[in-house]
Amino acid sequence: MPRKPIELPRIELLSILDENAELDKALEPKIDPAGLKEMYRFMLLGRRADERMLLLQRQGRMGTFPQASGHEAISMGSVYTITKDDWHVPAYRELAGMLYRGWTLEQMFLYWNGFEEGARVPDGVNDLPVCVPIASQLLHATGIGMAMRIKNEKKVVMTYFGDGAASEGDTHEALNFASVFQAPVVFICLNNQYAISVPLSKQMRCETIAQRAIGYGIPGIRVDGNDVLAVYAAAKEAVERARNGGGPTLIECLTYRITPHTTADDPKRYRSDEECQLWMKRDPLLRFAKYLEKKGVLSEKERNEMEAELDATIKSAVQNAEQMAKSEELANPLNMFDYLYNDIPQSLQEQKDELAQHLAKKKSKSKVHVNPQKQPANVLPRA
Amino acid sequence: MVEMNMAKAINLALHEAMERDDRVVVMGEDVGPDEGVFRVTEGLWSKFGEKRVIDTPLAESGIVGTAIGMALYGMRPVCEIQFSGFDYYSFHQLECHASRFRNRTRGRLSVPMVMRAPYGGGIRAIEHHSESREAIYAHTPGLKVVIPSGPRNARALLHSAIQDADPVIYYEPKAVYRLFREDVPEKMETLPIGQAQVVRKGKDITLVSYGASLRPTLEAAEILEEDDGVKAEVIDLLTISPLDGATIVDSVRKTGRAVVVHEGPRTCGLAAEIIARINEKVLLYLEAPVKRVTGYDVPIPYFSKEQAYLPDADKVLSACRETLSF
Repeated sequence: MPRKPIELPRIELLSILDENAELDKALEPKIDPAGLKEMYRFMLLGRRADERMLLLQRQGRMGTFPQASGHEAISMGSVYTITKDDWHVPAYRELAGMLYRGWTLEQMFLYWNGFEEGARVPDGVNDLPVCVPIASQLLHATGIGMAMRIKNEKKVVMTYFGDGAASEGDTHEALNFASVFQAPVVFICLNNQYAISVPLSKQMRCETIAQRAIGYGIPGIRVDGNDVLAVYAAAKEAVERARNGGGPTLIECLTYRITPHTTADDPKRYRSDEECQLWMKRDPLLRFAKYLEKKGVLSEKERNEMEAELDATIKSAVQNAEQMAKSEELANPLNMFDYLYNDIPQSLQEQKDELAQHLAKKKSKSKVHVNPQKQPANVLPRA
Repeated sequence: MVEMNMAKAINLALHEAMERDDRVVVMGEDVGPDEGVFRVTEGLWSKFGEKRVIDTPLAESGIVGTAIGMALYGMRPVCEIQFSGFDYYSFHQLECHASRFRNRTRGRLSVPMVMRAPYGGGIRAIEHHSESREAIYAHTPGLKVVIPSGPRNARALLHSAIQDADPVIYYEPKAVYRLFREDVPEKMETLPIGQAQVVRKGKDITLVSYGASLRPTLEAAEILEEDDGVKAEVIDLLTISPLDGATIVDSVRKTGRAVVVHEGPRTCGLAAEIIARINEKVLLYLEAPVKRVTGYDVPIPYFSKEQAYLPDADKVLSACRETLSF
């Protein structure tokens, strides 16, 4: 028998609104003006909140956090295609989408400022919280999708991972399980070309992440991740397929991390400023704004008003979050014991009591480390 | 009452749980038509179908990770890891997620799932099929770790584990699967997780053990009574996390002597924690240092030498006699 090629699906690239805001009319998705405005609004809210968080972090009022600026088109373009009954399983650069789903700004600020309350999924919101261990959330998305299939529900899960995450075993397992069980999951890859400092070329040797879909026997597509219309169009198609029993889809959204990985990262160590500048021009918000302006959906004046209004919202949310952080409920260290199990085990209760006693002692005497049986040494520590 | 072995009793619990609660799904490698490599999932696939008895791809992280997703979505997954020697692949899903969802979402989400796995040595298995690493899970906050020692408690504890609101590691001592038969009541029963059982009353020395090591411990207790006239009290932990310190401490307060027996490696093993608890609470009641009979700090040897590694009645007896004559 001769050798012959095996026919496999081809991988497409989708771009609808290019970096000069030139539109491919034939591919333009139908979104009503109110919808377009809402998408822009949450993209802008995500951007402004991210920028505000950076300032707060520099002032010591926010912990280390991964910046989300530049990823708004991916988050909003995809999340806008699912309903409240569907599930949203983010990684950690889906700030815009999480705010759209019903997370509050206060929670986002609290989460990145060291309070678990920021990860408490709001009532009625079908989301999982931010997920830090890379790619591990994808399996939860697949499991949720499998459960939806078992229950014969027509719901969908939208989940996210980065290009670095594509190297993780859990990404493979999640895509494979989703494929085998035809779980209604849309996998959105934020390919921002860097896993902290390691460029994509050192992460993999294949042309696209999207082509891995072929290996799982599922549809895959690469889209311009700075083009919210392209992300929306690809996600909408995938969501419809998943909802109708057609199984999972892998959507690779090509973008660039215009910010450091986190506030603790210094990208000058591993990439050029020119490269970054080039991608700054491809900003998803700029081109979407131009499109909306041309379409007569949102004028520059309205845009500026929106920005001022969102900035005011962010400002008051920062104040609220800082107040909440000081509240008895959130500030009390003893709450670290309260939510681990449904019922607190005796041995854990004893540890809670031990810390409570320690804290009470600390409150009454400033120096708990002084042995009360010893006279304090009359010597000052050396400078 | 029906007499059965532990594998059959666990199987019975799975049948009962799936019948009474359609949120319960069983998933793992070869759990379907093959009915599990130890036949613990016998009859489930033919009775409940492939939607609820799921043969998964061969990927432990995938099994546990998707089970977490299902549990978050309101199902009650019971996943099987074919041998505990391979559950390290899934450990990060348990450590980073199953154990933390309730805590990090301040009680809004929870992961009511069970991970079952056969563990431990003594059946002449090949490499990586005989480990006893339960301490890793006991060291992980947010998990519960249950280890039955016989048919009746295995069935009752599995029901409790499946009904529990939090993730439970259910480690099955594989050497006990078909070691003996025991009467199991017709009526479904549960046992409280986190509660040890005094399985033999005594006043002279406390022996603490769990899982497969309970048999040699009981054997030693019998010999002590017959040959030495010593009445040993034997505690079967049944749950190693959260640990029932009170039952241990109450017994040691009475006997003043204790030996802890387990087959997992010694350093940072359960015995270390148990002895620390005894020291914290009843040090002044002790007549002798607490001894431990454990596996050694080496990987369990290939099966030609595994019996030398495992605790046996003679090792337990020696430790008891040293403790009694201190």
